[in-house]
Amino acid sequence: MSPPLLDVEDLSLEFRTRQGVVRALEQVSFGIGPGETVGLVGESGSGKSATAYAIMGILDRAARVTAGRAVFRGVDLIGESESRRREYRGRELSMIFQSPRTALNPIRPVGAQIADALRRHAGLGRAAARRRAIELLDRVQIPDAERRSHAYPFELSGGMCQRVLIALAVAGKPALLIADEPTTGLDVSTQAAILDLIRELAAGGGMATLLITHDLAVVAERCDRIVVMHAGHVVEAAPRSRLFTTPRHPYTARLIASTPRPGTKLRDLVPVPGTVPDLRGVLPPCRYRTRCERAVDACDEPPLPRIIPAPGELVACRRPL
Amino acid sequence: MSRDRYLRHARHVLAENPVTLVASALLLVLVLLALAGPWLAPHDPLVTDTALKLDPPSWRHWFGTDQIGRDILSRVIVAARLDLAIAVSAVAISFALGSLGGACAGFFGGWADRIVTRISDTIMAFPLFVLAMGIVAALGNTIANIVIATAIINLPFYARMARGEANVRRQAGYVDAARLAGNSPARVLAAHVFPNCLPPMMVQASLNLGWAILNAAALSFIGLGVRPPTPEWGIMVAEGAAFIVSGEWWIALFPGLALMLAVFCFNLLGDGLRDLIDPRRRT
Repeated sequence: MSPPLLDVEDLSLEFRTRQGVVRALEQVSFGIGPGETVGLVGESGSGKSATAYAIMGILDRAARVTAGRAVFRGVDLIGESESRRREYRGRELSMIFQSPRTALNPIRPVGAQIADALRRHAGLGRAAARRRAIELLDRVQIPDAERRSHAYPFELSGGMCQRVLIALAVAGKPALLIADEPTTGLDVSTQAAILDLIRELAAGGGMATLLITHDLAVVAERCDRIVVMHAGHVVEAAPRSRLFTTPRHPYTARLIASTPRPGTKLRDLVPVPGTVPDLRGVLPPCRYRTRCERAVDACDEPPLPRIIPAPGELVACRRPL
Repeated sequence: MSRDRYLRHARHVLAENPVTLVASALLLVLVLLALAGPWLAPHDPLVTDTALKLDPPSWRHWFGTDQIGRDILSRVIVAARLDLAIAVSAVAISFALGSLGGACAGFFGGWADRIVTRISDTIMAFPLFVLAMGIVAALGNTIANIVIATAIINLPFYARMARGEANVRRQAGYVDAARLAGNSPARVLAAHVFPNCLPPMMVQASLNLGWAILNAAALSFIGLGVRPPTPEWGIMVAEGAAFIVSGEWWIALFPGLALMLAVFCFNLLGDGLRDLIDPRRRT
C-alpha cells in the first residue's frame, strides 16, 4: 500500500445530548491511499456520516472530537483552525451528499453555482468560469449542457441534480472526494450511472474516493477496499476480494448474507438480528456483543482486540471467523 | 438570454393574475404622478383664488377647490411625490437595517440574536403610532424625522421576519454544501442564506409601503408631519375634515381616495411581486 493520502487514527467523537453523552465514534481508524476508492459501510447510526463530517470539520455544535487525528497530506485536519480547514474544503477535500435537490441553492441557476466555485477555487475570471462550468456539466454527462446551465435546481430531476453536485464537487480538482450516500433517493438505473460517473471521474483525475453507503452491493463492484462500521466502531477493514470471500468479523459475514446477489433467492437472505445498540451510558467493549451469535463471556473483557492481519486490514473481534 | 426569459416570465405573471396587473397599472400611475406631478398638474397647487373658494367639482376644477380656492386635483397630484418619497425611503431604511440585523441574528444566533431580538421587542412594546408621534415630537417636525420615525416603527417587522427565514435556512442542505465548498460564514450568509430570504421579505416590504404611506399621512393629519401649505394627502384630509359637515365633501374625499388607492396598490402588489422574483414559481 502506498503512503496514505488521508489517515484517520483512533478518532473518537461524542455528542452531548439532553439524554446524556452519545459516544458516536470510538477509535475509528482507516486510511485512504492516493487515487484509491474506499467503501465505508454500515447500518444507519453506525457513525459513517459522523466520520465524514469530522474529517470535513462541519460537525454539529453538540459534537466533540475527544481523541484521534485525521491526517491529510501530513496535516491533522481535526487540530487545524477553522480558517485553515476552509482552505482545504472544496479545493483538496470535497463532499457530495444524500439529497442532491436540497444541496443546491434553489434560487441560482446551476451553471452559475458551478461558476462561483470555479472562480473561488481555480481563480478563473467570469467568462472563463462560465465556459468551464458548461464543460464540467458536459463531463458529468448532462445532455445539452449549455442550455441546462441556465436551469434552476427545481427544473432538473434528482439524478441531474446529483450530477450537478458532482460537477460542483470536482470543480476544484480535489484529491479526495467524500460521497455520503450519493445515490440514496435515486432510482436504481440512475444509481448505477451516478456511481459509474464518480468512478470514471476519480480514475480520470487520480482522485481518491470515500464512498459511504449502507448498501454492500453498491461497494461490492466499485471499491478497492472496504471499511465496515458498526455502532461507532470499525469492525473490519479489508480489500474487497478478501472481504467478500472470507469475512473475518461475524457482523461482516451477517451483512454479506443479508445482501442480495445474482442467484440468491429471497428466502436465502438472512437479516442481521437486533438493532444498533444505544450508544449512551456504559457500553461493553465489543458493541456487537448483544447481536453476535459467536459471543462468549470473554467478549465482555476489555479491551476489544484489534487484529491487523495485513497492512491496511483490521478485524476487531475476540473470536474472528 | 436570461433577461429575455425574465421578461417573458413577467408577462406571464401579469397575464395569469389580473389583480397583479391592476396593481401594477396603479403603481405605474403613482410613479408617473410622483415623477412628473408638477408638470401634469393643471394649476399651481399653492396659488390661492379666494373668489373661487369651496367650489364643487366642475370642468375647470375637476376635484373642486378648497377653503382658500386652491385646485384640489393639482394638490393631490403634486402630493404624490412627497408621500411616496417618505414611504419609499422609510421602508428602504427599515428593510436594509432590519433584514441585515435579522438575518445575522437568525444565522449566527447567540449574542447577535439576543441583541437584535431585544431591540425589536422593545420597539414592539410601544403602541407603534404613538412611538412615531413621540419620535417626531422629540426630534422636530421635519420630513427627515417623519422618515426616521416611520423607519423605526417598521424595523421590528423586517428584523423578525429575516431572523425567522435565516434561522430556517441555516440548516438547509445548500448551506451545508456551501460551507463544504470552503465558503466563510459571512459569504454563506450573503450569497446563499440572504438571497433565499428575499422573496417573502419583498412581500412584506410591499405591504409595508402601504402602511408607511398611511403612517406618514396620519402624522400629518394630527399636525405632527408635513406642514401646510405643502400639498400632502394627510394634511389635505385634515383640512377638509372640518368642511364635511357643512357639505363640502370634495376637499377631504379626493386626497383620501388617493391615499386609499396608493395603499390598495401596494397591498395587492405583494403577492404578484413574489411571483415575479421567486424563480421557483417560474415554471
